[in-house]
Amino acid sequence: MHADTLVRMVNDISEFFAPANPEAEAAVEVAGHITRSWDPRMRRQIVEIWQAGHADFSPVGRAAVEILAAAAARKAG
Amino acid sequence: MYSIDHTDLGTPPSTSSTMVNIELDGRPFAVPDGTSVMRAAALAGISIPKLCATDSLKSFGSCRLCLVEIDGRKGYPASCTTLVADGMKVRTESPKLTQLRKGVVELYVSEHPLECDGCPADKHCELQDMAQLHGVTGSPYLAGDACPPRVTAESRAVAFEPDHSNPYFNFNPELCIVCSRCVRACDETQGTLALTIQGRGLASQVAASAAEPFVESECVSCGACVEACPTAALSEKSLLTAPAPVQAVTTTCAYCGVGCSLKAEVADGKVARMVPNRAGHANQGHACVKGRFAYGYATHADRITTPMIRATLSDPWREVGWDEAIGHAAREFKRIQAKYGKGAVGGITSSRCTNEETFLVQKLIRAAFGNNNVDTCARVCHSPTGYGLKQTLGESAGTQAFTSVMKSDVVILMGANPTEGHPVFASQLKRALRAGTKLIVIDPRKIALVDSPHVVAAHHLQLRPGTNVAMINALAHVVVTEGLVREDFVAARCEMPSFDKWRAFVADKRNSPEAMEAVTGVAADVVRAAARLYASVPNGAIYYGLGVTEHSQGSTTVLGIANLAMATGNVGREGVGVNPLRGQNNVQGSCDMGSFPHELPGYRHVSDPVVRATFEKAWGVTLDNEAGLRIPNMFEAALDGSFRGMYIQGEDLAQSDPNTQHVVAALTALECLVVQDIFMCETAKFAHVLLPGSSFLEKDGTFTNAERRISRVRKVMEPLPGLADWEVTMRLANALGYPMHYDHPSQIMDEIASLMPTFTGVSYEKLDRLGSIQWPCNDEAPEGTPTMHIDAFVRGKGKFFVTEYVATRERSTSRFPLLLTTGRVLSQYNVGAQTRRTSNNVWHSEDRVEIHPHDAETRGIADGDWIGITSRAGETVLRATVTDKVQPGVIYTTFHFPESGANVVTTDNSDWATNCPEYKVTAVEVVKVDKPLDWQIRFRQNRETRLPSRHTTPAAV
Repeated sequence: MHADTLVRMVNDISEFFAPANPEAEAAVEVAGHITRSWDPRMRRQIVEIWQAGHADFSPVGRAAVEILAAAAARKAG
Repeated sequence: MYSIDHTDLGTPPSTSSTMVNIELDGRPFAVPDGTSVMRAAALAGISIPKLCATDSLKSFGSCRLCLVEIDGRKGYPASCTTLVADGMKVRTESPKLTQLRKGVVELYVSEHPLECDGCPADKHCELQDMAQLHGVTGSPYLAGDACPPRVTAESRAVAFEPDHSNPYFNFNPELCIVCSRCVRACDETQGTLALTIQGRGLASQVAASAAEPFVESECVSCGACVEACPTAALSEKSLLTAPAPVQAVTTTCAYCGVGCSLKAEVADGKVARMVPNRAGHANQGHACVKGRFAYGYATHADRITTPMIRATLSDPWREVGWDEAIGHAAREFKRIQAKYGKGAVGGITSSRCTNEETFLVQKLIRAAFGNNNVDTCARVCHSPTGYGLKQTLGESAGTQAFTSVMKSDVVILMGANPTEGHPVFASQLKRALRAGTKLIVIDPRKIALVDSPHVVAAHHLQLRPGTNVAMINALAHVVVTEGLVREDFVAARCEMPSFDKWRAFVADKRNSPEAMEAVTGVAADVVRAAARLYASVPNGAIYYGLGVTEHSQGSTTVLGIANLAMATGNVGREGVGVNPLRGQNNVQGSCDMGSFPHELPGYRHVSDPVVRATFEKAWGVTLDNEAGLRIPNMFEAALDGSFRGMYIQGEDLAQSDPNTQHVVAALTALECLVVQDIFMCETAKFAHVLLPGSSFLEKDGTFTNAERRISRVRKVMEPLPGLADWEVTMRLANALGYPMHYDHPSQIMDEIASLMPTFTGVSYEKLDRLGSIQWPCNDEAPEGTPTMHIDAFVRGKGKFFVTEYVATRERSTSRFPLLLTTGRVLSQYNVGAQTRRTSNNVWHSEDRVEIHPHDAETRGIADGDWIGITSRAGETVLRATVTDKVQPGVIYTTFHFPESGANVVTTDNSDWATNCPEYKVTAVEVVKVDKPLDWQIRFRQNRETRLPSRHTTPAAV
């Protein structure tokens, strides 16, 4: 899927959770929302996009994808 | 003429629980206090003659046929207007009463033709019944030299010109007995007040508006007057051509989410007419122009009745048998999965199909495809409702029954236009408003309910499109800062940490009406007054529609609405609540049945091992524990090559989904698209397999409406393609190697009931017995649940969410200075596939763009001009309607005709939580042009020639 589309989706979710929570908690909420509602291929792809250094993540969005990446690594490893 | 199987009780029921003892013709009876003598008699099996009375209308007392004798009372009271009293002794028959009644009938007959043969009401005419009952075969006033001649048009000095202007019913004043039932039905049942009696004495005559032809009048063609007419003065045109109906089958309308109960009156396997079921729980005996009359699409010549396949989109269609079509589809899906992986295919359930059919499609996808790539059209309408209400209250559904509104002191109507989109609920709402309920409208447009006969909104918060969250926060700010919170309710019923966090958030000055005025465009004092009104009454209810959900912050607004309702204690009893007005007939049901890619039936997440195990045991498969693709994700995945096959039942994505160019590119990229539809819809043009669908008249099943009300759909004619949709899905599953066997949809419902805790008590037997059931229906609520969250929320404690306003990225700029928003009209339905194939086009034959006079003038645009609309996504051309219904800076259009291309200009912005498209806000510029775009002209021409080469024309890709 288009990288910009997925990043935008992450940032949109982050914009909801960020104002109500400290950044770390917001990131957990965002990661949880994505885990519950995104197809695994989209989650794999957003991690790859983050690993490739996409510049447009919001701070909470980036932190959320880091959580997803860690979870994926745990699952793989 | 009411339904042929209706037993009329004369006057409406009393709501009193106090019983009164009376004596009728010497026999004792007990009836509720407030009951009319006429109704009491009818309940006792005694039929008192009548003409102006019917049990859907308040008693009127004009015909003087229903006279009775009552001990201790002078004269002969009319039984329709006389209420029972304890100890009352009534005689309904006596020689004197017979003499009086016969005299009345003779007077009526003197002004009514006696040629009953060929009359559409023959054998169901109430005047005919009364004449026969009293042995009146003619009128003494018509015979003999001493009698005056029969009253004629000349002697009445009025025109007896019949009015055939309405496409669905005739008005023949010569047959009219001026009982006023039609006028009262328009007032009391529909609430339009379009009809009146004009003239006096013998010149009295029913008139629509100011004696205009019906079709040009304010009449909304709901048919209430026709149903109420005791003769054939107002009667359906269909009765003139169809055989007289011999059977009435109770079924459920397949249009909007109100879910009206209808009687399909049939003869020779065909529908002669459709009339509202007076016992219908959702509609209270009413219907609208769509459900009542626009069912002709079911037998339209455009119906696809033979399966078709083709290898590529450039090949012509080839008609084949069911086995070949289904076998081909199954082989293709298996080939794609073998080549690209299990997740490379998926499907869409239909909110127009039954619960049972939707359940089977998601079961096929989860069990036979082996993934969760299932979604439904709720994705593009009320998915934020599912998310928002589940998070806050614990259940993805509205909280009330429609009739609850009668107990509301104040109604907030937000982003909904029920007189157009949910007309039968609008009639219910108007009844409440005329009885004193106050209305607050939150909408960018001046909808009809803002100001219409005997209905004036207390406040119209005419906000800018895209600022719903700002408005909800501003309303909440007033509630919190002015001491209007129901502290006792919140403390007892809600999670206090979440409430405290929310209270602090909305109390911040940045959320005040004054601070938000610059965002919403609504004066702060008006917002404050509206908030005080809603929060200060005993019962405040919120009703909302797609104007809430189809935004980038759609879910946030739903959360905000639930916050507001909980903070003011307006959940958990009649008269209050949070009420989404669902778009399609079974969109609630399709969601209930597990059509979302992350939820199994009953809104339970696929990752829940306990829930999954229940389904795995029942279905004999291992289920995927990960969420699947949503519709827009499927499009993206199709374009990147990871998604190659799709099974779509009854959903026209190519017309209904935003950014048409993007959708078309995705559909074109698929290797196998299987479309199951009753017509060659826009999406079918990109299909490789076309499986003909069946209309709601051709199958058994159930629909679930916006009140969570499950109602039966009953077959009244055989499926035109030979198979009902549930049978087709079953065959496809079997061809895929996953065994499915059901002999009847009732067995599917039994399986649903065995797997969904909220449906445990639902069965066809119970539905037949009760008429309808609002889920949850289980051991705790064996006959259903009209009002939810009474003592506790489904999730336990209600949860508040902070709802920060985030402006949409779709902002007006110097290049795109206007905001386009979209909606519906009464006569057409969504993409128009059904209504465009009916005479409803008389009222709406093209989509137009509403533009404010100021914006029109600065661009040199006059009413009726073609205007080009350009957005960041695309361009289209529509005719202009210059009107102040829209505010400056906002334009508005409907999307019922594919050549309108409304979704060519909408963008792929979507709700953050659910990806529901942001249909309601598109930044555009408009300019006067000479003509539509070439593709639009071609499309219109093709439609007008009914696509004669539809079986051989390759898709235009």
